[in-house]
Amino acid sequence: MKGWMTMAVGIALAVPAALGAQGINPDEFYPGKGVGPVDTVVLADTLDPELVKKGEEIFKLKCTACHQLDQRVVGPPLRGITKRRRPEWIMNMILNPTEMVQKDDLAKTLLGMYYVPMTNQNVTEEDARALLEYFRQVDAEEKK
Amino acid sequence: MRGWSWKWGMLVAVAALTMVGATKVRKLARDAAKKVYVAPGEHDEFYAFMSGGFNGQIGVHGLPSGRLLKIVPVFSVNPENGYGYSEETKPMLMTSQGFVPWDDTHHPELSQTNGVPDGRWLFINANNTPRIARIDLATFHTVDIIEIPNSGGNHPSPFITQNSEYVVAGTRFSVPIPQKDMPISKYKGNFKGTLTFVKVDPQTGMMDIGFQILVPGFDYDLAHCGKGPSHGWCFFTSYNSEEAYSLLERHASQKDKDYIAAVNWKRAEACLKEGKGEKMRVTYYHNYWDEEKQMAISEKKTSVTILRPEKCEGMIYYIPTPKSPHGVDVDPSGEYIIPGGKLSATISVFSFSKMINAIKNKQFAGEEYGIPVLKYEAVLHKEVPNLCLGPLHNEFDTRGNVYTSCFISSEVVKWRYEDGKILDRIPVYYSIGHLMIPGGDSRKPWDKYLVALNKITKDRYLPTGPELAQSAQLIDITGDKMEMLLDFPTMGEPHYAQGIKADLVTQRQVKIYPLEKNHHPYAVKSQDAVKVVRKGRRVDVYMTAIRTHFAPDNIEGIRVGDTVYFHVTNLEQDWDIPHGFAVYGAQNANILIMPGQTLTLKWVPKAPGVYPFYCTDFCSALHQEMQGYVRVSPRNAKTKLYWYWAGQEQK
Ligand code: HEC
Ligand SMILES: [Cu+2]
Repeated sequence: MKGWMTMAVGIALAVPAALGAQGINPDEFYPGKGVGPVDTVVLADTLDPELVKKGEEIFKLKCTACHQLDQRVVGPPLRGITKRRRPEWIMNMILNPTEMVQKDDLAKTLLGMYYVPMTNQNVTEEDARALLEYFRQVDAEEKK
Repeated sequence: MRGWSWKWGMLVAVAALTMVGATKVRKLARDAAKKVYVAPGEHDEFYAFMSGGFNGQIGVHGLPSGRLLKIVPVFSVNPENGYGYSEETKPMLMTSQGFVPWDDTHHPELSQTNGVPDGRWLFINANNTPRIARIDLATFHTVDIIEIPNSGGNHPSPFITQNSEYVVAGTRFSVPIPQKDMPISKYKGNFKGTLTFVKVDPQTGMMDIGFQILVPGFDYDLAHCGKGPSHGWCFFTSYNSEEAYSLLERHASQKDKDYIAAVNWKRAEACLKEGKGEKMRVTYYHNYWDEEKQMAISEKKTSVTILRPEKCEGMIYYIPTPKSPHGVDVDPSGEYIIPGGKLSATISVFSFSKMINAIKNKQFAGEEYGIPVLKYEAVLHKEVPNLCLGPLHNEFDTRGNVYTSCFISSEVVKWRYEDGKILDRIPVYYSIGHLMIPGGDSRKPWDKYLVALNKITKDRYLPTGPELAQSAQLIDITGDKMEMLLDFPTMGEPHYAQGIKADLVTQRQVKIYPLEKNHHPYAVKSQDAVKVVRKGRRVDVYMTAIRTHFAPDNIEGIRVGDTVYFHVTNLEQDWDIPHGFAVYGAQNANILIMPGQTLTLKWVPKAPGVYPFYCTDFCSALHQEMQGYVRVSPRNAKTKLYWYWAGQEQK
């Protein structure tokens, strides 16, 4: 019974997502900050290696079941994410995914493509910041 | 002409009256409907916990809607979520008689602080293979089960003391203690009962047997403990003081009075301190849930402390009470003790302070096996004649009223226990057993609703063949007259029930198990760590589940003759995203794994082949895709152990 409800919710979400999809290409830079607790992120020019390490650990523990850097699994590949999205958007997506896939145009578009809603993995704001630092490191490496 | 118009006039008048009547009934129904209506998305005001009787479970309903919210498996295995089937939960049902997959639950009892339900735990008895269970209301899981030794059936249980110091147990069926082979006809004087006090740890809730009082071989039926001034005492009804062992329906109802056993447990504690207890060797089990390891531990215990009444003067007295009493209930002030004499139309109200005086002044009418019997009149506050037929059980409001369920006359009677005045009656459908007011056996009843727990259903709902659900009825008790609001079905056979204001429970809810705190020895917290390990004929699969795949999702190299353990960790960390796991031909059940939890299903494949497994809980739009295969080779095949997921072929 509950299963059917979940599916109904899924469909209800998928439909507006498909409509909202118009004109948004997820491979391009998206200017929005998203919806959620994170309003402004101030980034230092240099990376904090401690934070990178912590972020990588959390990524392995809580994200790799659905995300890899270069390959679509359940969710999109995440290499280059810091170039395509603003830091606030990334952190809001991690911290507040349920509301994001209902309200943010890009997140809605993504749900329409991936069908599984990006899940709340119960990470703290600090952890989300560490994840962001890890993604920055990944994207910095690529430059080399 | 005249006759004609007269007749028509009558007809019109009758029709008009009928219409007025119908409108009135409709209006009443509308008012009642409003009172039980909980709008979509809104919550009920109370939780009601209904014992499941012969289903061995607890039904959780919301009040006033009556909606069924959950069935909590306690003493019975539950294929729905794998309770009693998964390797982690099997030890919960161990007893001195081996693994017992079923029991008969009768009386739920909420933990209390200062005599008021506090929403921490719920206790319930197993009547058949005597046990008490504790459910943690943060998770609604059974977390603790203790077996009661020296008992042939645990009915008057698990009533609680004012600060949850103890939950009690008593023998419904007396037996030889210690058990031995002997002729049943030697019952009288040789069969014994025990009244057991099970200690509850104030922090963890963990149960442990404090002591057992050895008592004459009557049938102990129900109990309640004192509060306020009577805190420190517990009261147990008994019947069959005739000590009959055959055709009890006749032989056990000969005397016009049986007894309430009044036990001073503080006195018992003092006697224990003075070294008056005796150690007795006996086997029983204590099973509890280790929250960190997420599995049940089963401990075998080998000794209890017995107290004999003759060695601890002042610990126990008998109060004569009308024929075969059932319930015994203590009013919110703690002064009045009211039994239900189920074969008597007269109900007696006893006074605690009079009892203390009677003891002080040695107003005894005799003794039973050395236990003083108090003079009935010396303890009596009031006799209320013609209350009803078959009074069974009482609950209270905050206005000095008591509500009695009457099985034979099938009604609830509201009366004042101070002066015995009968105030109101309402018929219930059909044949009520217990009744329940949220907090109605505590110091502070939330006296808005009363639930009648009826034993016979007959035509109350759409018929479902010979076997019917039980029927509960919700009654508004806020006015002078009781008002019937709602019928709702309940599962199994609710005997007693408990109710509590919802916020006391909701504020403690656990939504997920944090992965960092999962210390299950077979947990895998990251998909990269999944593996399959063979040790001889045993294969352990360390598996993960997350929307929408298992890892690994393909396993080869299993052989006929292997025993495979699937240890599945649900990597989700979001509320209400369980995954299920089922595998072809499994001879146990499926398992339902909550976010962050690890559960284990044992599987013994019978023949070579390729067998699917899949997720049973609709978790997402791609749930149907959540599947995998196990390849099983012949017993002596050389197929290598090999596994992979999501195209990530390993080694
Ligand atoms: C249950 C699978 C799942 C898990 C676990 C998961 N995600 Fe996602 N994630 C998705 C899906 C699917 C999407 C695409 C959006 C959608 O369908 O809702 C997504 C989208 C994202 C996006 C946006 C990608 C883009 O192209 O804009 C980011 C960033 C992200 N996830 C980060 C994370 C991080 C960090 C974690 C670990 C804390 C994580 N996710 C855990 C499934 C998951
Ligand atoms: Cu699933």
